[in-house]
Amino acid sequence: MNESTPPKEERSAALSGLGTSRKRVEDARFTQGKGNYVDDIKLPGMLFGDFVRSPYAHARVKSINTEKAMAVPGVHAVLTAADLAPLSLHWMPTLAGDKQMVLADGKVLFQAQEVAFVVADDRYAAADGVAAVEVEYEELPVIVDPFKAEADDAPVLREDIADQKEGAHGPRRHPNHIFTWESGDLEATEAVLAEADVVAEEMIYYHRTHPCPLETCGSVASMDKVNGKLTVWGTFQAPHAVRTVASLISGIAEHNIRIISPDIGGGFGNKVGVYPGYICSIVASIVTGVPVKWVEDRSDNLMATAFARDYWMKGRISATKDGKITGLHCHTTADHGAFDACADPTKFPAGFMNICTGSYDIPTAYLAVDGIYTNKAPGGVAYRCSFRVTEAAYFIERMIEVLAIKLGMDAAELRVKNFIKKEQFPYQSALGWEYDSGDYHTGWEKALKAVGYEDLRTEQAERVEAFKRGDTRKLLGIGLSHFTEIVGAGPVKNCDILGLGMFDSCEIRIHPTGSAIARLGTISQGQGHATTFAQILATEIGSPAEDITLEEGDTDTAPYGLGTYGSRSTPVAGAATAMAGRKIRAKAQMIAAYLLEVHDNDIEWDVDRFVVKGAPERFKTMKEIAFASYNQAIPGVEPGLEAVSYYDPPNMTYPFGSYICVMEIDVDTGTTEIRQVFALDDCGTRINPMIIEGQVHGGLTEALAIAMGQEIAYDEQGNVTTGTLMDFFIPTAVETPNYQTDYTVTPSPHHPIGAKGVGESPNVGGVPAFSNAVHDAFRAFGLTQSHMPHDHWRIWKTAESLGLHD
Amino acid sequence: MEKMHVKMTVNGKNVDLLTEPRTLLIHALREELGITGPHVGCSSSHCGACTVDMNGMSVKSCTVFAAQAEGADITTIEGLGTPDALHVLQEMFKEHHGLQCGYCTPGMITRAYRLLQENPAPTEEQVRFGIAGNLCRCTGYQNIVKAILEAAAKMNDMKESA
Ligand code: FES
Ligand code: FES
Repeated sequence: MNESTPPKEERSAALSGLGTSRKRVEDARFTQGKGNYVDDIKLPGMLFGDFVRSPYAHARVKSINTEKAMAVPGVHAVLTAADLAPLSLHWMPTLAGDKQMVLADGKVLFQAQEVAFVVADDRYAAADGVAAVEVEYEELPVIVDPFKAEADDAPVLREDIADQKEGAHGPRRHPNHIFTWESGDLEATEAVLAEADVVAEEMIYYHRTHPCPLETCGSVASMDKVNGKLTVWGTFQAPHAVRTVASLISGIAEHNIRIISPDIGGGFGNKVGVYPGYICSIVASIVTGVPVKWVEDRSDNLMATAFARDYWMKGRISATKDGKITGLHCHTTADHGAFDACADPTKFPAGFMNICTGSYDIPTAYLAVDGIYTNKAPGGVAYRCSFRVTEAAYFIERMIEVLAIKLGMDAAELRVKNFIKKEQFPYQSALGWEYDSGDYHTGWEKALKAVGYEDLRTEQAERVEAFKRGDTRKLLGIGLSHFTEIVGAGPVKNCDILGLGMFDSCEIRIHPTGSAIARLGTISQGQGHATTFAQILATEIGSPAEDITLEEGDTDTAPYGLGTYGSRSTPVAGAATAMAGRKIRAKAQMIAAYLLEVHDNDIEWDVDRFVVKGAPERFKTMKEIAFASYNQAIPGVEPGLEAVSYYDPPNMTYPFGSYICVMEIDVDTGTTEIRQVFALDDCGTRINPMIIEGQVHGGLTEALAIAMGQEIAYDEQGNVTTGTLMDFFIPTAVETPNYQTDYTVTPSPHHPIGAKGVGESPNVGGVPAFSNAVHDAFRAFGLTQSHMPHDHWRIWKTAESLGLHD
Repeated sequence: MEKMHVKMTVNGKNVDLLTEPRTLLIHALREELGITGPHVGCSSSHCGACTVDMNGMSVKSCTVFAAQAEGADITTIEGLGTPDALHVLQEMFKEHHGLQCGYCTPGMITRAYRLLQENPAPTEEQVRFGIAGNLCRCTGYQNIVKAILEAAAKMNDMKESA
C-alpha cells in the first residue's frame, strides 16, 4: 500500500456509509425553527380556503345559500358542487377505484363531509364566511354498524351507484356492499377444520383509529395564468402520483403541473390520499387567479381525512392436540365508510391482509374480506403500516393466544412449535406470498431470555395466587408478539396504484469536485431520507455522505416514483439508489482504467477508489475520477458522471421481530403501568442504527396509543365522539415508557444491499404485544377476548365482567 | 373588524403590530411577523407545537390573543440560538436524535428551555412531567428526554466552570 493511503477502515469510516449512526442532516433546520412546512408558505396575494362541513352523518342537502357569506368582509368566493360540476370536479376518483364527492352533491354521507369551500383574505375571514353559509338538510337514517348495512331495509347510502352490480373489485351483492375479496383454498380449509383435534374460534376487532400526524393536511395551489402552469405545494406522501392524478382529472397537461412536497410534519399514512381540500384549493386558485391555501384544523383532520383499520376479523384456527397448527380461516368485515378511498395497490382491495398466516407454517388457509359502506369518513389508510399488515398481524397474534388458551399451552411454546423454520425460506405461504428470508427462532429465544420469561411466568402465577388470597389488587400481564411484515410494494407485475407501477427511482449527478446530488421519487416525513440515502450512496460510490445532497418531493426535478408509505422507501428507493450508485461506479471504472492505462478488468474497487490489481500503490480516487470525467476526452466514454435507476423490486421484503411487553394492571381502576417493553427487530441490513432505533421508539409509542386508548368512535347518529385531542388519545412523555431494543440481521436475498425496511414494524408488532399483555393478565380468570382500545374504562369493565370486583 | 396596535418584544426586537383583537398570538407571530418556528398542531392547547416563552413562562400561543401579549417579552425557537452558536438544547436534540419530522421540535425545545430555567437539574421523571404539555408523534420521547437531561448536565457544567 502506498504510504499516503490511509488504511481501509479509516477511509471507510470517513464515508459515514452503510451501518453508521450518522447524525441527521435535516436537524440543523428543524432545531432552529427553519423547517419549511406547507403552512409556512406565504405567496403574494394568497387567499385562504376553509370548508363548510356537514353536521349530519346522512342527510339530503336541500339547498345551499351563499349570499350572506359572499357579503362577509374579506370573502372572495364560495364554491359548491354546482360550481365544480361544469369542470367535472365535484367528484374525484379514489385510490381504490371508487369515486368520492369533492363537495356534497345532493347529499352528505358522513359527519364533517365537505359541503362548500369559502375563499377569503385570511383564515379568520374564511371562518366568518363558513359561519354565514346557510345549508338546509333533511336527515336520513344512519348506518354506523357494518353488520346492519346489508339488511333488506337498510338505507341505500350510495345512490350514485345503487344499481351497479359490478364494482371495481368484482360483484356487489347489496347497494351497501363494496367487494368480496378472497385468497386461499376454502374447501381444503373447511375440510382441515372439520377434522381437526382442536379448533379455536374468535371475533377479533381492530377498531377504527387515525394516523393523526402532528401537522394536519394542507395545500397551497398557485395557477399562473400567464404561463399556464399550476404549482401545488402540499402534504403529499406521493407527489408524482398526485401530479398524474391531478392531470387526469383536471385536464391540465402533466408537464404544466408541478407538485412540491415541502417538509412534512409526520404522515403515517394520513398524507397518501387525495383530499377535497387539495382539489378545492386548486379550483379556487384557477377561479380567483391568485394562490389559495387550505390547511385543515385538528378536528377536520380526525373527522374527515384518512381513518385507519376498522376490521372485524372472524377467525377459526385448528391444531393437533399437541399444538401443531393445521389450518386458518378468516372472514373480515371491513368498514370502509362512505366512499372506498383505501390506499391499497389496485389488485389488493384488502391490502396485504392475506399475510395473516403470520410467522407460522400454516399449511392450509382461507381469507375472505367484505368491504362495506357505512356513514363514516372514508380512508382506510395504512397507518404506519404496509396495507393492512397491522390488521393481519394483530389477528394472527390474537388467534395464537386464543388457541393457546384452548390447548392449555404456553403461548410462547405454541409459537416456537409453529414458526416457519430458517431452512424453509424462501417460504411459500398458503395464501400466496413468498417470504424472502427469516430466522424466527433465534430472535425469539433472545427476546425470551432478555425479559427472563420463565421467571416472569413464575411471578405471574404467584401474583394470581396473591390476588386470590386478597393480598394484592394488581395483576401481571406478559404480552407476546412475533410479527412478520410484508413491505416494499412492490413488484410492478402485481402492484400498482391507479395503474401506476410501484417501482421507485434515483438519479445521481456527480459534480467535477466529486461531491454529488441525488434525487429520489420518495418523500421523507421524518424518516431522515437525506441522511440515510446519502449513506447508501456513500458506500456505493466512495464519496463521503456529507458531500452528497439529497433531494426529493419536487416533481419538476425528481425522477418519477410512487412515494413514501408502506415502508417502501428503503426496499424500493433504497435499492434504486444502490443500483444508480453501481451504474456510476461502472462508468468510473472505465475512466479509472483509462487514466491508469490498464484494462478495465485489471482494476478493482477499494472503498473510495479503483486500484490496479496487485499494485495497490497505483490508484484513482473517486474524486480524481469525477474530475477526469469532466475534463478529459476519453475514447468511447461520454463526458460527465450521472446515472438514473428505476428499480422494480423482484419481490416484497419480509421484516420480522419479537416484541414482549410486561404490564401491571390495577383491577379496581383499570389503569395500567408498563413495566418493560422489549423489541427485537430484524430489518435485514441496517443502514443507520440510530435512525432505526428512533423509528422503533416512535412506532411503539403509536402502537401503545392504539392498543391502550386511541380510537375514532361514533355514536348511533354517526357523530364522531373523539374529534379533538381531548378525546383522541395521544400518549405524552408521562404515559410513554422507555423501550429496550435489540436486533438480529437476516438480509433480504433479493435486495441489492439486503435491507428490508423498518419504519412500520414497531406498530405492526407493538399493538399485539400491548393488547396481549392486557389479555394475558386476565387469562387465569377466564378471559379469551376483549376488544381494543384497552382504556381504563374497558379494562375495568373486563374485570367487572369476570367477577373480579366481587 | 377594527384593528388595534399591539406592542411587544419578540426575540429581543421591539415590534408594533396592527392586528384584529381576535388574532391569536400564534397567527400574529407566524403570519404577521414571519416567525414560523412555532407551529400549529391542534389550536386547542393540547399539543404544545405552538409553545413560546412569554414573560418567563411557557405559553401555548394558540390560546393567547396577540392583544394579551401587549408589552410582553416573547422568545421563540428563533431567539434561542444562532446558526453559529446553537443553544445547548438544540445541539443535544441533534446529538441524541430527539426529533424526526421536526414539527414538534420548536415547541418542545422552547418548553425544555423554560423547564431547565425552572429546574436546572431535573430527574427523568421531572423532565417527562415537565414536557407533558408537548406532544410528539414521531420519537416516543425517549431520545427527547435523553437530550434534555444531557443538556441540563452540560449547562450545569458550563455554569460551574464559568
Ligand atoms: S397548537 Fe397550540 S397547543 Fe396545539
Ligand atoms: S418529531 Fe415529529 S412530532 Fe415530534
